[in-house]
This record gives sequence, C-alpha cells and structure tokens, in this order.
Amino acid sequence: MAYSDKVVDHYEHPRNVGSFGSTGDVKGRNDIGVGVVGAPECGDVMQLQIKVSEDGVIEDAKFKTFGCGSAIACSSLATEWLRGKSLDEGLAIKNTELVQELSLPPVKIHCSVLAEDAIRAAIDDYRHKNDSGDADASGAAGQGSETESVSQA
Amino acid sequence: MSVTLPIYLDHNATTPVDPRVLEEMLPYFTEKFGNAASRNHQFGWAAEEAVDRARAQAASLIGASSKEIIWTSGSTESNNLAIKGGAAMYEKAPRTAESGRGHIITSAIEHKAVLDPVKRLMREGFDATFLEPPADGIVRREHVEAAMREDTILVSIMWANNEMGTLNDVPEIGALCRDRGVLFHTDATQWVGKMPTDVERDNIDLLSWSGHKIYGPKGVGALYVRRRKPRVRLVAIQDGGGHERGFRSGTLNVTGIVGFGKACELCEQEMDQDRERLLALRQKLERSIHEQLDVVQINGHPERRLPQTTNISFGFVEGESLMMGMKGIAVSSGSACTSASLEPSYVLKAIGVGDELAHSSLRFGLGRITTEQEIDYTIEQVVAAVNHLRAMSPLYDMHKEGIDISKIEWSHH
Repeated sequence: MAYSDKVVDHYEHPRNVGSFGSTGDVKGRNDIGVGVVGAPECGDVMQLQIKVSEDGVIEDAKFKTFGCGSAIACSSLATEWLRGKSLDEGLAIKNTELVQELSLPPVKIHCSVLAEDAIRAAIDDYRHKNDSGDADASGAAGQGSETESVSQA
Repeated sequence: MSVTLPIYLDHNATTPVDPRVLEEMLPYFTEKFGNAASRNHQFGWAAEEAVDRARAQAASLIGASSKEIIWTSGSTESNNLAIKGGAAMYEKAPRTAESGRGHIITSAIEHKAVLDPVKRLMREGFDATFLEPPADGIVRREHVEAAMREDTILVSIMWANNEMGTLNDVPEIGALCRDRGVLFHTDATQWVGKMPTDVERDNIDLLSWSGHKIYGPKGVGALYVRRRKPRVRLVAIQDGGGHERGFRSGTLNVTGIVGFGKACELCEQEMDQDRERLLALRQKLERSIHEQLDVVQINGHPERRLPQTTNISFGFVEGESLMMGMKGIAVSSGSACTSASLEPSYVLKAIGVGDELAHSSLRFGLGRITTEQEIDYTIEQVVAAVNHLRAMSPLYDMHKEGIDISKIEWSHH
C-alpha cells in the first residue's frame, strides 16, 4: 500500500513532537491536559498533550506516537489543528476530516479514530483537572506511576 | 561503493528467477510446447523428456529417486495433498464416524498451508495436537514424542520456520515416527535448496517444497512421496486424467517444471558457497544492529536458524512505520496494522514474544543477489529509522523513565 504524500511528509517531518514534561510532571499541572490512547499490543499508542491558556485557548499541543505511518501522521496533524483552538473547537475535530486531509485508505481509518480519541481524552483530562479544583490535581499527582491507568477510548 | 535501490531483502517470501533458470525454460513456451502426456508424437516426447530430466534434478537435491517426485502447483498444494491425502489413506475409523478417525500432530508455528488443512480435517472427524515450541522456537523430538497417541496417524512438522528461520529437529522427529510406524510429513519450503537434504538418512515420508523459494518460477512445486520402506500411499484430492501416477491429475506445467528442475540443480551446485556468504552477511547485519541500538531482540534460537534469515524486534517502534522509514528496502513485518487484522504474527506469539515486540519485528531475508554493500546500507537505514521513531515514541520515553509498560492498563480498542 502506498502512502499519500501528506502522510509521508508528516512521517518524515512530524510537527510538534514531544511533551511538556515527564508523565509525573504533567500530572500535577493544571494547564496541561494529557490523553494517552491505544495499546502496544494493538500496535498503536498515541500520547497527546495540550497546553491551555487561562482564557481557555489551546496555545500548544505536543504528541508522541507508537504506531504506523498513518497513526503518526494523524497525531502530527491533530497537534497542528489544535493549536489556537478553544476546547470546544478542539472537540469538534472529526476523524473523517483527518482521513480526508491525509487521504487515508479504508484500512487506516482506525488511526484517525484513535487521534480523535486522543484529542477527546486530552481535553477531558484538562477539564477534569480544572473543574474539580486543586484537590483533584494533587490527588492525581499522588497516584504514582507504577500502575498508571490510561483513559478509555 | 553505491547501491541500487530498491534492495530486496524478502527472500523468504519469494525469490527472483535465476537468469539461468529462465533461459532453460524459454524454449518450452514456444518451440517445445508439447503436452508431456502426448505419448504418440515428438512434441509430447520432448516435453516428457524435459519433465523427466527435471524430476531427476529435483530428486537429486533431496536424496530421493525420480519416481518419488510428484509435481504440484506449489507448497500449498503439496501440503494439502500430503496432509489430507495421507490422513484419508491412513485413517483409523470408517468415514461415517464423527470423530476418532485418527490423531495428527503438528505445530502452532506452521505455515497456514499446513494449519488450515489440519483444521479442516478436525472438522471432518480427526483429532489434532498443535505443539507450542519453547521461546527458542524449536520443535524437538521430545515434544512430538510426548504428544504421540495410540491413534496418531500423521506428524507434520516444518523443517525451517518461514518467519524466524529456526530449524526444527526434523531428522530426530523422522526417526521417532519411523520407530512408531507413523507417517511423517515436513513442509521444507524454506529449507530445501538452502540446506543439504537427504530424505533417506532423515527418515522423511513426505516432503513439500516450492519453485519460487529457490530461484525458480512461481506456480510450481513438488511433493516427495516415499516409495520404499515403507511405501507411502495417498488418496488423491484432485481427480482427472491420472497424471503423476494418479496422485495429482492435471496437465503438467512443463515450463515451470523445467525451471524448477534447473533451480534445484543450481541450488545443489551452489548451496555451500551461498550458505557461507549469506551467513557472514546476516551475522554482520545482526551484530551491527546490536552494537548501534538498545532494546533489540533476535527472535528464535540464536544459532539454529537458516543462514540467510533473521527476525528482529526493535523495542518501542512499530514494524510498519519502521519499514516506511527504511527507504528503498523491501523487508517483511511481523505486524499487520490494518483494521482487518490488528493481530501481530501468530508465530511470534506462539513462542511467547509479547504482542508489543511482535508488532515491532521485521524479517530480513537475504538471498543469492544480496551484496555486502546492500547490507551496509540496510544497517544505516534501520538504525536511522529506529532512532527517528524512538524520538517520537511514548513507549520509549516510558521505558527510559523506568515505567514497566506491561503493567499499564491500556485501553483496548
């Protein structure tokens, strides 16, 4: 199966790779939402982190992905699209838009679904941290990292 | 020295036709196009003579006699004929029984062309045991011996595994089966032509191999069927004109058979030098990758493998994306990241390679056309691609942070 030029471009020059700190660090930060979806045994894991300003704008987004070229491209593109959007605008990003932009073949649609799940999970995480105030954030940070739980897709 | 792209390192999937093989085949398309079954004119005689020559070449490669070679369309057909035809001939109970027709021993790491015929026989009243080899991937005599039953009628164990290149204890299993009077079939598709074969010494009753894995054409294969001590009989699965002593009806693929024979002859002549050269290249590939990358694992036994095959897992990177990064290099991935199948290789799973490492595995299959320059280029590309992907792998970060990935509760989708 040949990859589209856009997928190859994101694969070779991924946008916004990285994170805003280690798993433990970002847990305690209320301005950051983290979404980790997928599973290594399924061949895809996407980690998406968003940094949200006080007025609710996603000012930065970073990703790390274990997965095929299409999964990498979907997450890379998602970070580009998220930057500058409000949380609600972010939630409005649909997997079908990713499919269209990257010309993904039918067998790779699940990669775009995973990216949409990652966006949702990151925004949910941010809202969860901020809706229930400081107590929750410190509670989450106190959980330790040994048996980490990953948000449901 | 520069290399020409693309580089082909997938010789376990198929091999190019050797130009000397092609040359031998060409006259049989146009000038000597006769039907080998036409007994009454010279077109037929010429074709028959060519088929006989190929039969001798094929027999010689495996230490058999010409009369023991049955032409087929490839290993899938050879395996089907051996397993279904053998089971039907040696079954214990009458056909009306719903079960108890006999017991078959095979392994979980066989090719689908063995597993699926055995599964069909199970639906038709046969019992079967699928042996799971230990982590080194090698099926041994004692595994088969422990599974033997009073009603075992057939053992089918591949000689070399197609995904890892690991070598099973075929001669020892052959001896065991001979002692017990049980029919022994081996799918030797990856072995024959690369390694010395002697069906007499190794007590083999039925052996499958294929033209396109040994620098011959696709669509032609052979089944060795023992004729003496003991004489093996099979129930044909394809009815028709009674070709191939009734074992396999159908007009012979003369051009393919001529190519198959020539391919066998070349393998016999060049096997030793190819083996030595390719083993050195494979070892260079493995050693260099080990030196330049952490968390890599060679799957299967470290030494007991085909000289030209290696299967390597690169921790924390997914196989398909890795192939995408290795520009111009054709290898095969143990991962199948498609919506239809998120399952990684069942072979690697059977020997206990974790799912995430199975998704991270690549098979490198070297061959007659592989050069040292190509291997050097491949090492460079693999290392660069793994580093590129690890820089964006959340799993590699977790690994470096000391998080045990297997302890995380992942969401399964």
